[in-house]
Amino acid sequence: MNPYLITIDKIFKRYPDVVANNNVSFNIRKGKIHALLGENGAGKSTIVKILYGLVTPDSGSILLNNLVIKFKTPSEARSNGIGMVFQHFSLFESLTVSENLILGLEEKISFKKLKDKAIEISKKYDLLLDLDSPISNLSAGEKQSVEIVRALLQEPKILIMDEPTSVLTPNESEDLFLILKKLTDEGKTILYITHKLDEVIKNCDEVTIMRNGNVITTCSAEGETKETLAIKMLGYRVNSPITDYNSINEEVLFQAINLSKSFKDPFSTDLKNISFNVRQGEIFGIAGVAGNGQKELMELLTGENITSIQGKIIFENEEITKLSTKNRRRLSIGFVPEDRLGHSAVPELSLSENILLSQFLGNDFSKMGILDFKKIDSYTKDVIKKFNVKTPSEKVFAKNLSGGNLQKFVIGREVNSKPKLLIIFQPTWGVDTGAESFIRQSLIKLSKEGSSLIVISQDLDELIEITHHISVISNGILSKPLETKNLDIKKLGMMMGGSID
Amino acid sequence: MISIVPRGSSSQSMFILAPIFAIFLTLFSGAIIFAFMGYNPFEALKIFFISPISNAYGISELFIKATPLALIAVGLSFCFKNNIYNIGAEGQLTMGAIFGGGVGIFFHDVSSFLILPMMIIAGGIGGALWASIPALLKIKFNTNEILTSLMLTYISLLILDYLVVGPWRDPDGFNFPKTRSFGESGRMPILFDGLRIHFGLIITLILLALSWFVYSKTMFGYQLKVSGYSPKAARFAGFNKNFLIFSAFAISGAFAGIAGIGEVSGPIGLLYRDISPNYGFTAIIVCFLGRLHPLGIIFASLIIALTYLGAEDAQLFLQIPASVGFVFQGLVLFFLLGTDLLVNFKLRLNSLNG
Repeated sequence: MNPYLITIDKIFKRYPDVVANNNVSFNIRKGKIHALLGENGAGKSTIVKILYGLVTPDSGSILLNNLVIKFKTPSEARSNGIGMVFQHFSLFESLTVSENLILGLEEKISFKKLKDKAIEISKKYDLLLDLDSPISNLSAGEKQSVEIVRALLQEPKILIMDEPTSVLTPNESEDLFLILKKLTDEGKTILYITHKLDEVIKNCDEVTIMRNGNVITTCSAEGETKETLAIKMLGYRVNSPITDYNSINEEVLFQAINLSKSFKDPFSTDLKNISFNVRQGEIFGIAGVAGNGQKELMELLTGENITSIQGKIIFENEEITKLSTKNRRRLSIGFVPEDRLGHSAVPELSLSENILLSQFLGNDFSKMGILDFKKIDSYTKDVIKKFNVKTPSEKVFAKNLSGGNLQKFVIGREVNSKPKLLIIFQPTWGVDTGAESFIRQSLIKLSKEGSSLIVISQDLDELIEITHHISVISNGILSKPLETKNLDIKKLGMMMGGSID
Repeated sequence: MISIVPRGSSSQSMFILAPIFAIFLTLFSGAIIFAFMGYNPFEALKIFFISPISNAYGISELFIKATPLALIAVGLSFCFKNNIYNIGAEGQLTMGAIFGGGVGIFFHDVSSFLILPMMIIAGGIGGALWASIPALLKIKFNTNEILTSLMLTYISLLILDYLVVGPWRDPDGFNFPKTRSFGESGRMPILFDGLRIHFGLIITLILLALSWFVYSKTMFGYQLKVSGYSPKAARFAGFNKNFLIFSAFAISGAFAGIAGIGEVSGPIGLLYRDISPNYGFTAIIVCFLGRLHPLGIIFASLIIALTYLGAEDAQLFLQIPASVGFVFQGLVLFFLLGTDLLVNFKLRLNSLNG
């Protein structure tokens, strides 16, 4: 007899292009928070989906309480005591909380009984829940509470959580961990998927580290540090640079003055009097939890959506508020939007063709409208080489690159053109840690060469690592800038939670 | 239980082979249909697909039918690649025939080498103008171009109807609903003595080559491609979306218009009601069967042209209604969509006991 609640034994799963799980084996103890740590693409999601009955493995077995289990559907997994909270909420926005809860249940139950049960659970675990409010009125943290209650209604013994803090403020994350602690105190087991090292150290009991579809090790979280975990996760040591203020020139290059825009759309955030200055050689960070106006602000800055803006945007002492994206680019402003597939790059086109997307101006890439592919290809090769993009050739489709490589390519495309100002939204979203540190270093290098950068990011560590000043955006309002080197994390967290004066 | 699951990566060779499979499946099911109707399927298929092209005259007829199909289809590919669904090519063809034909009628007794080029240009302009109506409506009011371009087709057919029974009717035509014939200078030169194949084929080949060049080698073609694959990326790049919509429509309209003038100044020689056996609609099938690529469109246009000829022969020799040709066109489209599905997805049999 083995003492573990779950034993995962030599699970193998191949997708058409990649082996997602290469004989993955590890054990989970009852009543613990067990972290599953790895970069994006390490195979974490696959193993969890297999456990939850969403994916069938090619070979290998899973033991639950020493019995072999093979779930073909999530509902089978749920009836065997496994619950899951997904990273992306699966809630109906226009329905109320209780309506959403009842939809998720398999058994037939009256609204009255459901509400009693939900209230009991929310009291027991301090999950704040307004059962009659529509989902669209809730914050990300509240939505997650709904998801957790929904999972708990089925009385699971094991709860799988997929990167739950990616949408939460630091304070909301703290609350989440208190709830998880209570659940384990009761004997429930948590499988916690993450790529955040400090969460593992602070809150988890045991950790399984995965890389490229393999389990590297399973160990106790106690005694590990961020550095030791990162080394195991990456297989090499990441050296983090230190903010250097020497490259900043006092000259103000870019100014946003009282930018406001109201949308008549309930799913967009209105922007309210946003003002900030960026000096030459400065990296200016805009922090905030997703959905607080970042996307809307980015569209004003790129010029992709400039209808009915109030306020002014000044670049090199000239107003550019009404200029189109193309004309802003002519002034040597570069942009990298958040979404690689279909926004900053076209997945169905080759890398060479994707270079053209933002570099068709002023590079001699076409004569009388006829493209000069020799020049484009050599520029592309240059970007691939300088930015360490792993690809067989410049003729490969953008969709065939991994997330990290494509992001290096897209950022390299802009950085290589040495723009006076580079505006980036989520520079390292969803990329592996190797690409992450490479991208951050190249942004710092660009600022040292005299360019200015505006970086909008949800990743605080990232902003702390690369920026000189950070402002927080919350509900469409931008805070005064804070100096990164003397940053008060607590204050920043409070601002992200909405207390901007 | 059968479920449809994505293949993940779809093979490039299957992308090209799928239309060929679709054609074989069409032949196979055509044979079954003939058998059910009580004909020897091999005999029927032979009459339908082989006997029409067994002599030089037949091959020339094949090219006559394929010429407008290929020209319209390659014009439509500018729209379809950009995710614009112009299905009014029949109307643009009609307008081209009216504009170009109008020039031909006006100069019917003048002899000059300039008349034919003028007719072709007028035809292109007529088609482009007609196509620019749904384009402008889409740009200004975001109307659905499928509806507007289709409705405009019926309007153009009624305009043609009005002209041939009204102001443009042949004064010596015994009240038949047709115009007078164009003069000798208003007719497409015949390429080979004794065959009807005409200069329109050369124009089509030139425009096909030009389209290929625009698509693969110019900034304009690149912009169309980007905005077709991903409108968000086109906005990020700063391409002018309205310009691209307008030019895609204008190009496809002009090509359809030139196809129209090719018909009336080629085999027909005058204007009357039924100048096109639905070339403008059938070209949509040709365009997709040819994978929106000029080379593919050439092959597809020949195959679909054969269904027109085969239907005529089947009517003559087997007394099968000529509309069986449309059945074959429909089958080709059906099997193409089916094989396409299987290129990108696979069927998985879910056994019930695991």
